[in-house]
Amino acid sequence: MSDRLEVRKTYKLLINGAFPRSESGRSYEVMSAKGEFLANAAQGSRKDVRDAVVGARAAQSKWWSASAYNRGQVIYRLAEMAESRSDELVEFVKLSEGVKSDVAKATVAKSIDRIVWYAGWTDKISQVLGGSNPVAGPFYNFSVPKPTGVIGVIAPQDSSLEGFVECVIAPIAAGNSVIALASEKRPVPAVLLGEMTETSDFPAGVLNIVTGLTSELAPGLSSHEDIDGLDLEGADEALADELAFLAAGSIKRVLRPGKKIQKNSIHRLRAFVETSTVWHTIGQ
Amino acid sequence: MTENNLPNSKLGSLQYDPAPESAAIAKLKSSYGLFINGKFTDPSKHEQFETINPATENQLATISQGSASDVDKAVKAARKAYDNVWSKTTGAERAKYLYRIARIIQERSRELAVVETLDNGKPIRESRDVDIPLAAAHFFYYAGWADKLEHAGFGNSPKPIGVAGQIIPWNFPLMMAAWKLAPALAAGNTCVLKPAETTPLSALILAEIIQQAGLPDGVVNIVTGDGATGSALVDHPGVDKIAFTGSTGVGRLIQQRVATSHKRLTLELGGKGANIVYEDAPIDEMIEGIIDGIFFNQGHVCCAGSRLLVQESIADDVLRRLVRRVEQLRVGDPMDKNTDIGAINSLEQLKRINELVAYGEQEGATRYTSSCELPKKGFWFAPTVFADVSQSHRIAREEIFGPVLSVLTFRTPEEAITKANNTNYGLACGVWSEKGSRTLWTAERLRAGVVWANTYNKFDPTSPFGGTRESGFGREGGKHGLEAYLNV
Repeated sequence: MSDRLEVRKTYKLLINGAFPRSESGRSYEVMSAKGEFLANAAQGSRKDVRDAVVGARAAQSKWWSASAYNRGQVIYRLAEMAESRSDELVEFVKLSEGVKSDVAKATVAKSIDRIVWYAGWTDKISQVLGGSNPVAGPFYNFSVPKPTGVIGVIAPQDSSLEGFVECVIAPIAAGNSVIALASEKRPVPAVLLGEMTETSDFPAGVLNIVTGLTSELAPGLSSHEDIDGLDLEGADEALADELAFLAAGSIKRVLRPGKKIQKNSIHRLRAFVETSTVWHTIGQ
Repeated sequence: MTENNLPNSKLGSLQYDPAPESAAIAKLKSSYGLFINGKFTDPSKHEQFETINPATENQLATISQGSASDVDKAVKAARKAYDNVWSKTTGAERAKYLYRIARIIQERSRELAVVETLDNGKPIRESRDVDIPLAAAHFFYYAGWADKLEHAGFGNSPKPIGVAGQIIPWNFPLMMAAWKLAPALAAGNTCVLKPAETTPLSALILAEIIQQAGLPDGVVNIVTGDGATGSALVDHPGVDKIAFTGSTGVGRLIQQRVATSHKRLTLELGGKGANIVYEDAPIDEMIEGIIDGIFFNQGHVCCAGSRLLVQESIADDVLRRLVRRVEQLRVGDPMDKNTDIGAINSLEQLKRINELVAYGEQEGATRYTSSCELPKKGFWFAPTVFADVSQSHRIAREEIFGPVLSVLTFRTPEEAITKANNTNYGLACGVWSEKGSRTLWTAERLRAGVVWANTYNKFDPTSPFGGTRESGFGREGGKHGLEAYLNV
């Protein structure tokens, strides 16, 4: 037993590149899987979500106008940062999810490898999902997948890091910006990853993380008119129905929960891109 | 004459002798049943309605009003056909059925063109040269995919979804039926198609064609009726997928209704397309392109270039030329091969156009309307251009779905992009410039599913079509169009 009194850290929101407490001034206690105090986290509000949307909207066009090569490097840099702080991630995955050290280690390793996998996709999506179309006429016609825009993510409640990475990095790799609601009871690994984006050249606003009560925050996220797509992975069946209904108000693209995350699937890349087709005349 | 002082055109006064197509070619029956399980059947409640020719208000045929129980029969027939036949039919065999359908559409193209023009009011030139050939081409294109699905980029053995419920609009009746049915069948689904209330006829001829092609019973079912019929289809628990083309308002309701089910959904909704004209655009092609962009099919086009954004330096000249060209458009008998602009599809739609145009005047835009003479009977609206339109005007924000163009101006390319994207829609845009780099720069920044550069309103089965934002999601055409009907 050490005599030293530990310095406890409060885990804050990530909004538009800054780490504020909730504008509501609220925080909540995060417990380990065993029910012991783990940390204090900001309890975000609907206003925090709206602020995040403003930042995400502005960031999205910047992120998309960077070269695909550059976006890949930024995401790869996140993997580097996560690797160097992997002990910390392992510790919190272990405590949050209540798993043994070797399981937590494997989870963190898989999560980091997944970030690397997605980093490599930024400059390949267009070639895989786009192409030229042989129309019957004097036109050069090509299709490219453009990002859907601003994506709201209800991150998985159980898989605090690996599931979070899957739901958040895929749309970012496709050129979107993201507002993620971290797992309500296990938010710390997500917040840690958010901190790492700060040292990975992520432009402010590309990834925003709001911690707090899913039932309070998810409806506002789902009905927000300046959000273009919604990943409901972390919502249970009843909540997913409610949120999908709200999302329909502005014709959002909705990814419903339940599809098993497969190692090699580009399902989540495909979910939040819009095929844009250009016809150009050919002539002398 | 200088550029800015154009002579009055004498073309407007040129008369052409009438060259009407014969309505007898349509060989219409006096009444049509519902096409369920391979047979034309009477509706269970014996309710019927008339479909009329919007150019004359004459009745064309009596159509069956499909009830919820008819929809149920159709869905059950589709399910049975899926389980027992279609899911066991090889891709190569499905392909041959689709090729047959494509061929018969070609064989019966003249008849179909006449039917389409009678029922819809569009010029025969357009149904003959655009709607029917594209419908055949769509079946031909997707036929070839049926036995090559593993090459489409959706995994090694992509599976169909099951029973698809498909609801289509009245603006391109046969073409929309083809856009829905061809990819669905190629991917291995069975279908229940609900044609629009005011334009059911070509889909019913297509049902005959499907019989001629020997397609197994129940693989395609066609249930005519009004919104209640469509609603029953959307709510039917036996349907695995809904594909809808129509207004954003109805699309939103459908998405809400489907939200609590596990039905897959694709939506192709409204638009308020910006047609951006830079000062270096090739002037003659550009004027024709603007005209095509808004007046094609009486402006009943979801991707119509209904907001013209002209660079300020050439705005006066472009407006003068446009107004002159509008005056030359031949409005009248859709069956006449020389007609440019036919009838508005329905009285309801005509009212909607009149209402929005009245707002245009109230809100202070300057109206130019062709002085053409309109027929006494039928539904007509003379082609109209509004100048001095600002972004907040209703005619700049709402889809009019008629032959009405709103003209706005811009100074810099950045301003053009901002104005073009200042809408909740995101279906299609046009760009006119001789400078390739500027065109591509513009296309990159437009939030739209389709961008036409130095052309407008072009369609092709190989080219994905569909919207972003509130113009809907999902694509029709190309390999992308398969995704809507595969379990991926």
